[in-house]
Amino acid sequence: MLNIPSKARSAEIVGFVLIAAIILILLPLALDIFRLNLIGKYLTYAFVAIGLVLCWGYTGILSLGQGVFFGLGGYCMAMFLKLEASSVANTKIQSTPGIPDFMDWNQITSLPFFWVPFKFLPFALIAVIMVPVIAAFILSAAMFKRRVGGVYFAIITQALAAVMTILIVGQQGYTGGINGITDLRTLLGWDIRTDFAKYVLYFVCCFTLLGCMLMCRYVIASKLGRILVAVRDKEDRVRFSGYDVSSFKIFIFCLAAAISAIGGAMFTLQVGFMSPSFVGIVPSIEMVIFCAVGGRHSLVGAVVGTLLVNWAKTAFSESFPELWLFAMGGLFIAVVLAFPRGLAGLVTDQIIPWLSGLRGKNKGVGNHQPSPAPAE
Amino acid sequence: MSSTDFLLALENVSVSFDGFKAVSDLNLYIDKGELRVIIGPNGAGKTTVLDLICGRTKVSSGSIKFKDQEITGRKEQEIVRLGIGRKFQTPTIYEDLTVFENLELSVPRGRDVVGALFWKRTEQIVESVRDTARMIFLENHLDQPAETLSHGQKQWLEIGMLLIQDPELLMLDEPVAGMSVSERVKTAELLNEIIKNRSVIVIEHDMKFVESIAHRVTVLHQGKVLAEGDMHSVQANPKVKEVYLGH
Repeated sequence: MLNIPSKARSAEIVGFVLIAAIILILLPLALDIFRLNLIGKYLTYAFVAIGLVLCWGYTGILSLGQGVFFGLGGYCMAMFLKLEASSVANTKIQSTPGIPDFMDWNQITSLPFFWVPFKFLPFALIAVIMVPVIAAFILSAAMFKRRVGGVYFAIITQALAAVMTILIVGQQGYTGGINGITDLRTLLGWDIRTDFAKYVLYFVCCFTLLGCMLMCRYVIASKLGRILVAVRDKEDRVRFSGYDVSSFKIFIFCLAAAISAIGGAMFTLQVGFMSPSFVGIVPSIEMVIFCAVGGRHSLVGAVVGTLLVNWAKTAFSESFPELWLFAMGGLFIAVVLAFPRGLAGLVTDQIIPWLSGLRGKNKGVGNHQPSPAPAE
Repeated sequence: MSSTDFLLALENVSVSFDGFKAVSDLNLYIDKGELRVIIGPNGAGKTTVLDLICGRTKVSSGSIKFKDQEITGRKEQEIVRLGIGRKFQTPTIYEDLTVFENLELSVPRGRDVVGALFWKRTEQIVESVRDTARMIFLENHLDQPAETLSHGQKQWLEIGMLLIQDPELLMLDEPVAGMSVSERVKTAELLNEIIKNRSVIVIEHDMKFVESIAHRVTVLHQGKVLAEGDMHSVQANPKVKEVYLGH
């Protein structure tokens, strides 16, 4: 079959196996549960980062509001867990027992209608995906059908992130306000706060992430993936080849939102709360930085970038908390200026050609090595 | 006026940008199987006419009918699906994809999200991509990223991407711009080959090239048709000489 067995592609497969080995075997063996739980938290951001690889790296749609979808997914999960934690027995000291504590503090006396279906886990799980996807669909259909793109789209997603935060903080009685939804305890009676539960959830998170990566891999390798690259390159040409460009952009934006939302739900389960500080502008931009550092054209790169930046963040802010934001800003500028294709680009464009050049020299057969991978 | 005999009929078409009339009261009829060349000085509205036909620019007034269907107001991709292909002035190809992938994406199937997601690269498609590549002199470059092609090869690739769509009407905006002499000759050959089963509209500046391909020539000037006819009568027309040829 006529297809380039590109080196970048095989590097991606090796990278996938390596990252799977690291998060499934190495890290659980090397770290205590506190640190492992932190890694699990970072991995939930990696969901957002691989979503950004699809919509930013491949399609050229920069979204500065992915935190919204992460947050919506997380909130849907948190609503279910909160209702389970707010049983009448647990909340009998409240003036209205059986509703979440923050509602009681805000003089709400009955469960709001949109909270009611979240008593059921299947509904909550569907909502984790569907609520963000519907939000993403409305936003992207409104924008892309009108051919709003590029910087304007980025600004609008950023505005959405701001609106979402203000909404959540302002509607304290319904959302838990600035504190978020806290004090989550059990999932269908299973205590999620124990060390054992944290191990289980960590592995669930890993496998879900790897599954999402495989799904993204499939999308990228399909003809749809090539259309996305074509849209990034020459949107007009795609349109004049008879494609409805907006439907492809809407699809990939919704897919990225769905993946981010799964990450949000995994976050809530592992960390035990959800708050507006994971929804707004700052976390949304941080997530773009994770993706940029790792390499926005590489799924594996995005995961590695997320882990490294977050590890650096934790290490840095444990010793120099006030310097971290400067360090991250500097890192972002450095990435954009020095290696715009991120760590993954560094590996496929520099290190692999260098290694194969080295190997070629040792064997004394310089020309047998295939040429360096073309830009993917 | 009835337009049943024409493949494409533009009647009283006008478009203005902020008060400037780029095209005014234009009438243009293209027969089946015809090769029409549109010439005219810079700013005559040549490219705008193509933009109007393919839906990139909306008409201010007038009607454009393709195979007797009104196409004003339709979306670009719908017009493409009716059978109108458009080549842009500068080579517009997907630089990050290979020549093969460029052509494959232009195969007129699997054009919706689901179709693209579950697209299978069948032998038949590989064959038709190969055939087209042979026609546009790129059969040895199939696995090469399109950004590494020369300027002339990029122009051919874009023509190939249109051929594989198999449109009934092909519109080419300056297909030989920036090409070397030998590339021009090959392109003229290619065009004479591909017009066999379809109508073609070509915008061109290069008079020698126009002479080598044209059936009929339309001269545009300030958004209006100045003259129409075969190459000789157009060249002999004193008005045309004045604005364009005899400068």
